[in-house]
Amino acid sequence: MTVKKLTEPDALAKYRDSLVASSDDGKPCVLICGGTGCRAGGGLAVGDAFREVLEQRGLTEKVEVRMTGCHGFCEQGALVVLKPAGLLYVRVTPEDVEEIVATSIEGDGVVERLTYREPATKKRITRESDVPFYANQQRVVLADNGRVDPTNIDDYIAAGGYGSLAKALTQMQPDEIIDAIERSGLRGRGGGGFATGRKWRSARNATGQPKYVLCNGDEGDPGAFMDRSIMEGNPHSVLEGMVIGAYAIGADRGYIYVRMEYPLAIENLRIAIDQATQRGVLGENILGSDFSFNVKISRGAGAFVCGESTALMASIEGLTGEPRAKHIHTSEKGLFGKPTNLNNVETWANVPVIIDKGVEWYTSIGTENSKGTKVFSLVGAINNTGLVEVPMGITLREIIYDIGGGIPKGRPFKAVQTGGPSGGCLPENMLDLPVDFDQLTEVGSMMGSGGMIVMNDHTCMVEIARYFTDFLRRESCGKCTPCREGVLRMYEILDSITAGRGKMEDIDLLEEICGYVRDNSICGLGKTAANPTLSTLRFFRDEYIAHVKDHKCPAGVCQALTTFIIDEKTCKACGACLKACPVEAISGGAKKKPAKIDQDKCTTCGACREACLFDAIMT
Amino acid sequence: MDMIKTTIDGREIEVQRDRWALEVAREMGIEIPTLCHHSALEPYGACRLCVVEVTKGKWTWLTTSCDLPIREGLTIRTDTPAVIAARKTALELMLAQAPDAEEVRQLAEQLGTKSPRFPDRNESNACILCGLCVRVCKVVTGKMAICFSNRGTDRKVGPPFDRSSDECIGCNACVDICPTGCIESRDEAGIRKIPMLKTELKLADCEVCGKPFAPIRQLEHMQAKLREKFGDDFEAGCICPVCRREQTAARLHNVAEKIG
Ligand SMILES: Cc1cc2nc3c(=O)[nH]c(=O)nc-3n(C[C@H](O)[C@H](O)[C@H](O)COP(=O)(O)O)c2cc1C
Ligand code: FES
Repeated sequence: MTVKKLTEPDALAKYRDSLVASSDDGKPCVLICGGTGCRAGGGLAVGDAFREVLEQRGLTEKVEVRMTGCHGFCEQGALVVLKPAGLLYVRVTPEDVEEIVATSIEGDGVVERLTYREPATKKRITRESDVPFYANQQRVVLADNGRVDPTNIDDYIAAGGYGSLAKALTQMQPDEIIDAIERSGLRGRGGGGFATGRKWRSARNATGQPKYVLCNGDEGDPGAFMDRSIMEGNPHSVLEGMVIGAYAIGADRGYIYVRMEYPLAIENLRIAIDQATQRGVLGENILGSDFSFNVKISRGAGAFVCGESTALMASIEGLTGEPRAKHIHTSEKGLFGKPTNLNNVETWANVPVIIDKGVEWYTSIGTENSKGTKVFSLVGAINNTGLVEVPMGITLREIIYDIGGGIPKGRPFKAVQTGGPSGGCLPENMLDLPVDFDQLTEVGSMMGSGGMIVMNDHTCMVEIARYFTDFLRRESCGKCTPCREGVLRMYEILDSITAGRGKMEDIDLLEEICGYVRDNSICGLGKTAANPTLSTLRFFRDEYIAHVKDHKCPAGVCQALTTFIIDEKTCKACGACLKACPVEAISGGAKKKPAKIDQDKCTTCGACREACLFDAIMT
Repeated sequence: MDMIKTTIDGREIEVQRDRWALEVAREMGIEIPTLCHHSALEPYGACRLCVVEVTKGKWTWLTTSCDLPIREGLTIRTDTPAVIAARKTALELMLAQAPDAEEVRQLAEQLGTKSPRFPDRNESNACILCGLCVRVCKVVTGKMAICFSNRGTDRKVGPPFDRSSDECIGCNACVDICPTGCIESRDEAGIRKIPMLKTELKLADCEVCGKPFAPIRQLEHMQAKLREKFGDDFEAGCICPVCRREQTAARLHNVAEKIG
């Protein structure tokens, strides 16, 4: 296919009009989620099945099949949405496709069994927009994620894509763009929450050429997949943001740093860069102007610390990913010693929206000092695992209960960790906290890049602190003494407490070392590494003391400090625990005789407790 | 040249903008302990012993002074309780990390750090991972014969890929710069051995006295470097430092006699 290069801003608008005119709004379209989660659930095979069935029935010309990026409702994958009706089918397999085509494409019925059933009300919901998971979100950055085919730039252009770039190039001076970003209140979505406009301005004002514009797609937080989904599902939104930023800053080259564990993101970005360059919205003389900007993908090896700005730049340069002091900002001396502006994937994706819809519209969303929306990956003990986008200022309760659908099996909520491995754990009485940069920091956690891990009552908070500290100890680059040696000592103390060897003075030493590591480390990894420990010490201190003084793990997680017993009165002798026990330590549990645990055989793995339908197993 | 005013420990001075705070303070006679700093190398900021307390406007924070450029509006204190406490903890952690590091032990004693409250991490180890060896090899020698590998607490120093490497010219720069003396080098029967780097290099014999004195590979490296500078026919000669000194002394003696 030879692509016509757009050599003037007007040509883009004309081209878009022609795309829109030639498309038929009423034409049925099957949107299949091609995000990583749904691919794991067989999404690609579902797509193939649709193409096959439609061909067999002679419908290939009449129905469009489109593989999109992540829709967000990963828990229910593979997801299929039918347009124009907006029907949502969940957990679709290739075997279901014939029935879907016959019922909902050839006919206008609904395949009831494939619709979403709300766990709380047990009601079936047919339309995607009525599902509470989606209905309670505000999708600004993710708006097109489940709509466009990321490998086809025309989809993006037809949806208005690159219109902001044309506007910026023709109607705005670089300073005006920076001014708009400043007034929009946009803050970095990569963790620090630094004012984006201010950062751009210092890069613009810095002396030295060339200047670089970088995108941070490292996303090292375990369990987080916000940036991944944007890069996979709508790579052009990131590119468009970067081109606008480069124009405002006066940069002519840049890199997108992505980890090798994200092959689909790399693939889709590569396709997007090629297509954008062919179309003339990237590369030399963008849209016929005298502004040029070239971008390359730099692949990282997947170290958490390489998400830190200076380590990332070292890594792009081909050096070991180690941070350095930032007394001299990277906007002055960054990549290859040149003025550099780094922003997170989601930050970049916000830029076209702000230019398109305007500062006023954008600032109407969010709180006083945190504007716009934030994407979170909602994981852990939650019914609706997935990707959610919400306005800043929404409460944790709304995210967890209204969108997330609450905790599975109706178990009680215990804590939520925001901000990834170095975020803090917040208890139940903080559920009504409005989520924004400053509120989260104030209570000892952080926004981070948007990981959100929900925990139920079967979670030991000391063990959680130990777990994350272990991650951070392994991921520390090892350059500076506080982070390398200090986090190790924090881990050792936490480990000894969970193993039942803790002493009361260990808790004081732990707190002292936490403070030292926080105040003395080179980079954000060390400076925040104490958050899981300090926040659990602050909100769940009793649990630490129970481990040390009473020799008991109240949550029944730490094996050395747990004894499970079955409450005879509550036990219904159903036998579920017997089947679950891997070491045959349970007897009875049938013929109305309550089950009993042989403590000598029991390894306190907790499988019986999870299996018990009546909460009869206690610590 | 931009000159700006700054205050260190209550004494106001005028210094060139962007000079390193550590160097300025030392010139003022203020003592700041360091383990990863060397004036021939760029600041690195790893040991965190050189911490100071910095105030700018309403903010006060701890930071290292070796890599802190002096800029407008900074007030620096090198002796606050927070600074002393941070240095003591750094030394405590290093003592447990490298119990055999004599230099660390002495500094700890000076600052009054008690014996560490943590178990020793390694038995008989003196490396504190300050990176001076790695940096001197790369920056001064122009080689990469010694480097870091692994992350976090597994980080260690050694030859690339843990194998004997042609990169090593046996110059002993790493041995000499190590603050805790943990890289051993010895010359035995005409061979220079640096066991940590798995280096064994044949020594060249001095043209004058005939004794082995420096690795052949190092002399070749120097020759090549000198030729870059002085042209292709430059001959460095193969004379050991002792003989070279004697020759120079003799020449000086001759000159002195001539002048009378
Ligand atoms: C240990 C560590 C890991 C980080 N990882 C990421 C990351 O994966 N993605 C990211 O965008 N920012 C990450 N950051 C934040 C970056 O250093 C930087 O602040 C950010 O990319 C700037 O972009 P923003 O202003 O748009 O947020 C990390 C920071 C630290 C200290
Ligand atoms: S001398 Fe400054 S950190 Fe080591």
